[in-house]
Amino acid sequence: MLAVLVSAIRFMPFFLFGCTGEIITEKSGHLNLGIPGIICAGGAGGSLGVTLYMKALNGATPNYVLLILIAVVSAFIVASLMGAIYAFLTVSLKCNQNITGLALTTFSTGLTQFIMKNFVEIGLISTASTLFKYSLPFASSLGWFGEIFLSHGILVYLAIAIAIVTAVILKNTKVGLRLRAVGENPAAADAVGIKVDQYKYTAILLGSGIAGLAGCFFILDYIQGGYDSYYIMESLGWLSIALVIFTLWKPNLAIFGSILFGALYILPNTNIVAAITAQTAIKKAIELIPYVVTILVLLGISITGSKKAQPPASLGVNYFREER
Amino acid sequence: MTNNTKTVREPLLHIVKRDNITLGKKIAIYAIAIVASLLLGAIICSLVSTRGDVIKFFSSLFEGCFGTTRLFWLFLQEFAILLAVSMALIVSFKMKFWNLGGNGQILMGGLAAIACSYYLGGKVDDTLLIVIEVFASILAGAIWAVIPAICKALWNTNESLFTLMLNYIAAGLVNLFIAIWVKGGSGILNPLANGKLPELGNKYLLIILFGILITTIITIYLKYSKHGYELSVVGDSQNTAKYIGINVKKVIIRTLILSGAICGLVGLLLTSGTSNSISADTAANRGFTAIMTTWLANCNPLFAIATCGLVVFVTKGMQKVRPNFGMLDDTISNLVIGIVYFFIIACAFFIQYKIVFNPQVTAKLNKIKAFFANIFKKKKPLNENEKEGE
Amino acid sequence: MNNSVALELKNITKTFGKVVANNNVNLTLKKGEILSILGENGSGKTTLMNMISGIYYPDEGQIFIDGKEVVISSPEDAFKYKIGMIHQHFKLVDVFTAAENIVLGINEKFNLKKVNSRVEEIASKYGFEIDAKKYIYNMAVSEKQTVEIIKVLYRGADILILDEPTAVLTPQETKKLFDVLRKMREDGKSIIIITHKLNEVMEISDRVAILRKGEYVDTVETSNTNEKQLTEMMVGKKIDLKIERTETDFDKPLLELRNLNIKGDDGSKKIEDVSFYIRGGEILGVAGIAGCGQKELCEAIAGLRKIESGAICHKGESIVGLPAKQIIEKGISMSFIPEDRLGMGLAPNFSITDNMMLKTYNNNKGIFVDRKTARKNAEELIKKLEIVTPSTETPVRRLSGGNVQKVLVGREIESSPNVIVTAYPVRGLDINSSYAIYNILNDQKANGTGILFIGEDLDVMLALCDKIMVLCHGKNMGIVHAKKTNKEELGLMMTGSLDLSEIKNKEYGKAKDSNLTEEEWQQEHLKNENMGDNDND
Repeated sequence: MLAVLVSAIRFMPFFLFGCTGEIITEKSGHLNLGIPGIICAGGAGGSLGVTLYMKALNGATPNYVLLILIAVVSAFIVASLMGAIYAFLTVSLKCNQNITGLALTTFSTGLTQFIMKNFVEIGLISTASTLFKYSLPFASSLGWFGEIFLSHGILVYLAIAIAIVTAVILKNTKVGLRLRAVGENPAAADAVGIKVDQYKYTAILLGSGIAGLAGCFFILDYIQGGYDSYYIMESLGWLSIALVIFTLWKPNLAIFGSILFGALYILPNTNIVAAITAQTAIKKAIELIPYVVTILVLLGISITGSKKAQPPASLGVNYFREER
Repeated sequence: MTNNTKTVREPLLHIVKRDNITLGKKIAIYAIAIVASLLLGAIICSLVSTRGDVIKFFSSLFEGCFGTTRLFWLFLQEFAILLAVSMALIVSFKMKFWNLGGNGQILMGGLAAIACSYYLGGKVDDTLLIVIEVFASILAGAIWAVIPAICKALWNTNESLFTLMLNYIAAGLVNLFIAIWVKGGSGILNPLANGKLPELGNKYLLIILFGILITTIITIYLKYSKHGYELSVVGDSQNTAKYIGINVKKVIIRTLILSGAICGLVGLLLTSGTSNSISADTAANRGFTAIMTTWLANCNPLFAIATCGLVVFVTKGMQKVRPNFGMLDDTISNLVIGIVYFFIIACAFFIQYKIVFNPQVTAKLNKIKAFFANIFKKKKPLNENEKEGE
Repeated sequence: MNNSVALELKNITKTFGKVVANNNVNLTLKKGEILSILGENGSGKTTLMNMISGIYYPDEGQIFIDGKEVVISSPEDAFKYKIGMIHQHFKLVDVFTAAENIVLGINEKFNLKKVNSRVEEIASKYGFEIDAKKYIYNMAVSEKQTVEIIKVLYRGADILILDEPTAVLTPQETKKLFDVLRKMREDGKSIIIITHKLNEVMEISDRVAILRKGEYVDTVETSNTNEKQLTEMMVGKKIDLKIERTETDFDKPLLELRNLNIKGDDGSKKIEDVSFYIRGGEILGVAGIAGCGQKELCEAIAGLRKIESGAICHKGESIVGLPAKQIIEKGISMSFIPEDRLGMGLAPNFSITDNMMLKTYNNNKGIFVDRKTARKNAEELIKKLEIVTPSTETPVRRLSGGNVQKVLVGREIESSPNVIVTAYPVRGLDINSSYAIYNILNDQKANGTGILFIGEDLDVMLALCDKIMVLCHGKNMGIVHAKKTNKEELGLMMTGSLDLSEIKNKEYGKAKDSNLTEEEWQQEHLKNENMGDNDND
């Protein structure tokens, strides 16, 4: 059981980055279905940054801090660029959000493969990614406490930190209040002088950048390279969007939601399953569980019709000031 | 507060809603967008590759679609399949039910057909087997679509995420059954011996005829039938639909059965109609592509012919651009198609809104226009200005 | 001399597509005055004000504040020049508290205590009542308006623009608001109030500016004018302001409703123990502030909403539990014009033809719809009601408000109903279109149709209806003869201060010559209560 929890936390950043990014975006009133694609693009961006850095080192030992920084920043930038396309089309040109998001997913997965195959060197990535897994050396000596809380790579803690900071900003600050106003009722926000478009752009770019870290985590930390991981990233990316509903648009709840989804994802490959069966068919069946659980969550929320589980009121509706 | 000697600062431009737009202008906007997006794609490809230029890009596109008889048949076949899937989505999109689950419904239809071949092949007469396959694939596709429809009708469950999840579950189920059927874990199912659909003339014609048939039926269904009328009312205003006594739940469920059934049949054609095998990638993301073509066609079956044609043209064309440009993998295709999508999506803005510049800029623009008008001053340059000023 | 002018507009023009909303409009607002802007719906009042508050940007023209030319390209600019607008549709975030809404967008530290004390200070200065910690979604309309006004005062606005502030208020609340406005004027604030109600113009304003079809007509001193003159300036030609009340002989009760209880979407009681009836050839008005149960009542009659208990009988037959379709077939027509005008009864993206067959598409045999007949009907309707449209195939969304409503009301009458339930049929229409609708209703009344008219404007209801029922929080406050009552009495009933049904007896709202006997009614009640228990859809 402990092993499952530890592995779940190890995989949790993927969902948490994606979910936090989408929450920030949705709070501004934009449903970004391009997030799965953006996650992929973030992965490609991170890999690209790391490849360039490692090449520049020319065999020398990479600096831990610099390496992480380069990976995170380059993933963030590439993902934000994808977000910028989405923001330009939906905020400035007021195009349909769903369809723009889906088109972005097509474009981004194409771009991801293109970058991964043409500019990224997997050998260098694999070398670098051992550093991502680096955890505190004394963690294992602290028993279960150390294993659960201290034995993870840096990105686990970064994901949690971002989620908590986001939660605090949304709830307790002036900026958070304004962002929520933009997502709830942009006309009201506009009427009191809040620069609606500016907030939307910022939220979308920031949200996309954070979501991009999920891809960075997946390629550099979790699977340590791999060309064709975009399909897995894309399919798991949809789960991140579902997680937003599941956690009621609250980044702090998303931490626990991500651990749960992480557990569901790693379940087929754990010792528990291995102990029961070696049959691939059953493993394949277990792989379906996260998706089934997501559907059950959707059903649960809709059947109870909970008032608290309501999205920002203007989600999916573009704002045009001179609308009559 | 402000310096009053300064000239008044006006915003450079602002956006206003258009009242109406002529068909000619509309077509012109789309044409410019398509050409511009392909041009951008061409430039990117030429920059990446040393073996091609912009002109070669366009010629390769045409070559990929119409270069040989076989390529042309393949083009038509793909066109027909995409069109059929788009028709399935149109009925549901028209009702504002966002069925993003085309992939899953296709896979389930295919899986049902292949399962029939696997379990019944050799045990029943091949003609009977095919009949069973047809029904099984229709049923499987319809069930995969009607589950979210029922939940939507009863509890207003978010159907877009529901159908998306069902895509991955369908893909997982295909993998699961292949794992059961194929011992040794290669994960690849060899073509089955029984239950392959007959060929009509050549191996493409059956699918092409199916595409034409479905498009015709759905066009008539939407425009003239009572069912089509009802689902349009539900899509346009649910309140109105309830108010005139339409059973909204029934219409949602009925329409999604139709939508899923068409996808199921496509699944049958993609499995038993071609290789008589299945993989998780059998749908080749057509359910997803059809979302774009359907939306871009504004849920109009006739426009869908144009959007599907365009997307298939680019997809098939890119398959020729790649070797001609010396690119090994197919990643560039998605990139170019993504660009085309973005440009066409952006058209909606220029059709709904127009940009008005401030007087200073307008004056400058008019000067430029007048300058060009003078150069080509054969035909009434003044009229041109008036039109733009409107 | 410029010191006395707070705001001046010169030659302002604004177009939306082909529609010219404002054409060469001039306006002057003096310091410390209340200026009314009078005009019909669609005359461009709101558009003009939106340009002052930075929502729209004018195509042409200049704006001067304190004699200096300014550019107002965003609401932020408007605040900079101390202009505050109270919009007709409140711009408030529902899930925020009053305090959060008030400080939203202000560059100061969010300190709830400080906000509360300042809000209280403003409130006591002008005589408002407000609870800063209350959430907007828990507020009544008048409370929301108070929040909006405090919001602009909190920002230190000197020029206040109020867009139709009285449309949602009861006469008593209106009086309170006017007292507040007068206090603000004494405090040196300049106020613009947009309205189309003449009596209010006369009561509150120092001067009146009149707009007609986007054109500026004139500005006059209120003390030098009268309602008749203002009407002529507003409408352009002399028209008879009197709405006719067709006199008919009333028939037997057509639609009888007894002890009705209805719940709203949120599960709260929306209609509580209401009884009334409509006779053939009678117009029964329903008055009440927004959200007092009108919508739920309409929906229940049309079969769109379940009743908790009670009975609804049409010509002596119960219609409770019947599907909407069968109720339509019995000749009960319901048309509800929501605020966006297109919500119920029409499909906005459909052509006029397709909208014509909404209720009849299933009458012919076969699987196909009969568009030919529908097109013929549409052509006839366009001719009969003088609907302005390019063709029968134009989507109704593209028509102007008056024409949309003509299509809806026209189609309802086409099916020759015997009961018409109509809610806000003249919402947002200009005077001429409104009269066209009143005439249609009066014609139907003369034919013996029973009409339930749910309206907003008490003056209109007093003139048009035979009797008026007043609802307050879903309770029937009394049914009065339009000839024997007045606005003040109705206003008191709307707010619940006066309950005539209590003064009278238990049988209030029940016809003496009912189609059913008391025993039969008892059975109906019992039946419906049992139904409610079994069926929980």
